[in-house]
Amino acid sequence: MASQLDLRGTGDGADRAFRWLAIGAAALVLLILGLIAITMTERSSSVFGKMGLDFFTSKRWAPPDGQFGGLSFIWGTLYTSVIAIALAVPISMGVSLFITQLAPRWLKMPLVYVLDLLAVIPSVVFGLWGVLTLAGPIQHFYTHVHNAVAGIPLLGSIFGDSPQGRSFMTAGIILAVMITPIITSLAREVIETTPQNEKEAALALGATRWEMIRGAVIPHSKGGITGAVMLGLGRAMGETIAAALVIGASIGQISINVFSSGNSMPAVIANEWGEADEIHKSALIALAVVLFVITIIVNVIASTIVRRSMARSRGVRR
Amino acid sequence: MVDANPATESREQREPKPRPNGPSFVTDLRPSMIAMLESAPVVFDLSHVEVFYGAFRAVRDVNMKIHKNQITAFIGPSGCGKTTVLRSFNRMHDVIPGARVAGEVKYHGVNLYGPEVSPTEVRRRIGMVFQKPNPFPKSIYDNIAFGPRVNGVRDKAKLDEIVEKSLRSAALWDEVKDRLHGSALGMSGGQQQRLCIARTIAVEPEVVLMDEPCSALDPIATARVEDLMRELKDHYTIVIVTHNMQQAARVSERTAFFTAELDKKSEQRTGLLVEYDFTSKIFANPRDERTENYITGRFG
Amino acid sequence: MIEPSATPMLDLRARPSWRSTKNVIMCGVMVGAFVLVAIPLVAVLWSVISRGAGTAFSGFPAFFTKEIPNISRLPGPGMGPAIVGTLLVTLGATLIAVPLGILGAVYLHEYGRESKFSRLVRFMSVVMTGVPSIVMGLFVYVIWTMRFGYSAFGGSIAMACLMLPIVIGSTEQMLQLVPPHLREAAYALGTTKSRTILTVVLPAALPGIVSGSLLAVARAAGETAPLLFTIGAATQFNTHLFGGANNALSAQIFINANSSFAGAQDRAWGAALTLVLLTFAITMIARVFTARVAMKR
Repeated sequence: MASQLDLRGTGDGADRAFRWLAIGAAALVLLILGLIAITMTERSSSVFGKMGLDFFTSKRWAPPDGQFGGLSFIWGTLYTSVIAIALAVPISMGVSLFITQLAPRWLKMPLVYVLDLLAVIPSVVFGLWGVLTLAGPIQHFYTHVHNAVAGIPLLGSIFGDSPQGRSFMTAGIILAVMITPIITSLAREVIETTPQNEKEAALALGATRWEMIRGAVIPHSKGGITGAVMLGLGRAMGETIAAALVIGASIGQISINVFSSGNSMPAVIANEWGEADEIHKSALIALAVVLFVITIIVNVIASTIVRRSMARSRGVRR
Repeated sequence: MVDANPATESREQREPKPRPNGPSFVTDLRPSMIAMLESAPVVFDLSHVEVFYGAFRAVRDVNMKIHKNQITAFIGPSGCGKTTVLRSFNRMHDVIPGARVAGEVKYHGVNLYGPEVSPTEVRRRIGMVFQKPNPFPKSIYDNIAFGPRVNGVRDKAKLDEIVEKSLRSAALWDEVKDRLHGSALGMSGGQQQRLCIARTIAVEPEVVLMDEPCSALDPIATARVEDLMRELKDHYTIVIVTHNMQQAARVSERTAFFTAELDKKSEQRTGLLVEYDFTSKIFANPRDERTENYITGRFG
Repeated sequence: MIEPSATPMLDLRARPSWRSTKNVIMCGVMVGAFVLVAIPLVAVLWSVISRGAGTAFSGFPAFFTKEIPNISRLPGPGMGPAIVGTLLVTLGATLIAVPLGILGAVYLHEYGRESKFSRLVRFMSVVMTGVPSIVMGLFVYVIWTMRFGYSAFGGSIAMACLMLPIVIGSTEQMLQLVPPHLREAAYALGTTKSRTILTVVLPAALPGIVSGSLLAVARAAGETAPLLFTIGAATQFNTHLFGGANNALSAQIFINANSSFAGAQDRAWGAALTLVLLTFAITMIARVFTARVAMKR
């Protein structure tokens, strides 16, 4: 009787099916990323083929003549992102330190809510606000700044003449507002992993609150914060709509004057798509491929840094 | 090097006192009873069982037979592999990545780790109660009905019947019959553990494995669970891991003593089965010195 | 009353020094940073409410039910088709991304764990959250719209691509919070792995998963770039998910913001108010679920 015992299961087929379903869903991530790279490169290969390296080195963008030099858009993307980072990083650091180290407990949650709301406002609403409300008045402010620094060698050309309301600077400001919640929330997470005993050690030595932050919190969180900033950079470069509305949409502008109008890769795609013919569309898709590659690189570096520093700080805690 | 208990505490443990009601096997195990226990059919037959976690060998050389409708207790110091062996009885190691069982675990003559054996089916027949009560965050009713539903019982009347029967078997019915649809997480720890026992027997297993079922309970709740074990013994084969030697003496017919030894070569502590016999024999007259040292409290 | 003569021999009062001044300054800077963040939030919300409320709520509910004027320089209501479009596109995206995202997270946490493949997927899914939304839009244009034409569903696919990694990330976090002993309890009853996941693990993690998914929905609902290439710009109602050009609030705001006509700009503000209210509402609902997770723990 004993050996007739049947221990074969019944529901194993469904179990395997579910497992494959889950694997499929996970693989979808890789599939989508792969498909993006392949299909879009294929669609834009004619432009890459025709323009060759000129696509990256020429700033002559003349769709009617079939000339597609993307340099000025690459410049605009990088420049606005740098402006955004320069504005957003100090503010994000201040805010995340304020929330984690200074704010009383009851104030923390409301502060986090405010940041979450900022993150939820759609970028097109920021763009609308930027173009219809901000761009006008800020032009006067730019003029004052320019007058104040005119004549000083480097500052004079960075904050250059004939300031525009729709400019690199305005785009940078709007982007900064949009990436601040992202950088802040990541930085906050990293900072909160600072071991309590290290902070107490600093305070026990008679350090002031700021000295404790400089001595214990910042060294501990450096890596993670760097990663957070890189992630913010990635977002700033990819942000489309707000930039498209406030950057000024001028063609071929490569200038270090933050007050001049310009264009960025995502902005030019959004602005020109509607009137583009086939070859023009291919050129815009080619810009998207370049954008995709740059943001992927930035994000891979950023996530690697974040992951490493998170793993390290967890190691310290245990 | 040996982590011995404070002397005072171990004195108390030396002579497990028989409980006023209910038999204690230390005092009254007659030859007729021994014959009866000996003749019971074998449920589990382990030969040369070893369990690995990755490269680490947690247990080696376990050979034993578990008999039907008896309570078998596993005792021994922490880290000696009692729980590890217990979990090899219903293939719970399959859940842990890297865990592996070598040797043979035969269940009614069938190798549990043979091909074509489904761990799911094994676990349906061999239930398990865990150290910490682990009710699902569902109602009391849904906790009990979970197993039958998974195994295909859809009929409401039938489920009602199973729920009542299981709760009655676990001596829990009268306490919870008015709040069957309340959350199981609102129960006391002792009630939760009896609910987990009821949940286990609702799928009508043949064996119930218990992994230190009372370690998270107070003495009163412990006594109730022990009473329950004695009642369940008539229908189920029970294997219990316990840290509490009195508990083993109170409830079990047979006791297995495990310990851990340091392997000189690998510098790892590997568990092994030292002695396995009738509970009365283990506690009154152990053969192995290590067993003696442990139950008299000379070794932790 | 303590005599004034009982002055302490030991002076423990803070002495003014450069160190403490610096401390005060830096703390002030941190507070200042927060104020700086709050300014644009308040300014944007103020603009949206003050300039959008008039358009959106005068002659209520005309703005929400009327069609979009064909001649955009004319003033007057109508955002109905865009509202319907936004809801339709978002719903479609949710139906695609949430189940797939949950399944993907289930694979990562319940099956793959630390295997090479699942670590790669986990990493790439973080990277994927950084793919610009405009790239997703063009991608869907290339693989879908070029063949099947404008439809709300095209927008849904693009939006779903953006939501997928977010849902995977938040769901995996929630699965990590499900205590392992619940899984063991189910296995010990002879439950298969898939049933354990479906009947024990996912229900236990449900509030958190809902919250994370809703936040992804809120972010997606406000997206513009993926829709510019995929849904078209219909001015009439279209309730078909698969058929024909549609519209969305965000796309309408973008188009009207570029217009120099006051009527069109007013409609942009009204649409912005509607969109902000919609995304805030979804976020608030998500918060309720988050609170439930926090209470359970």
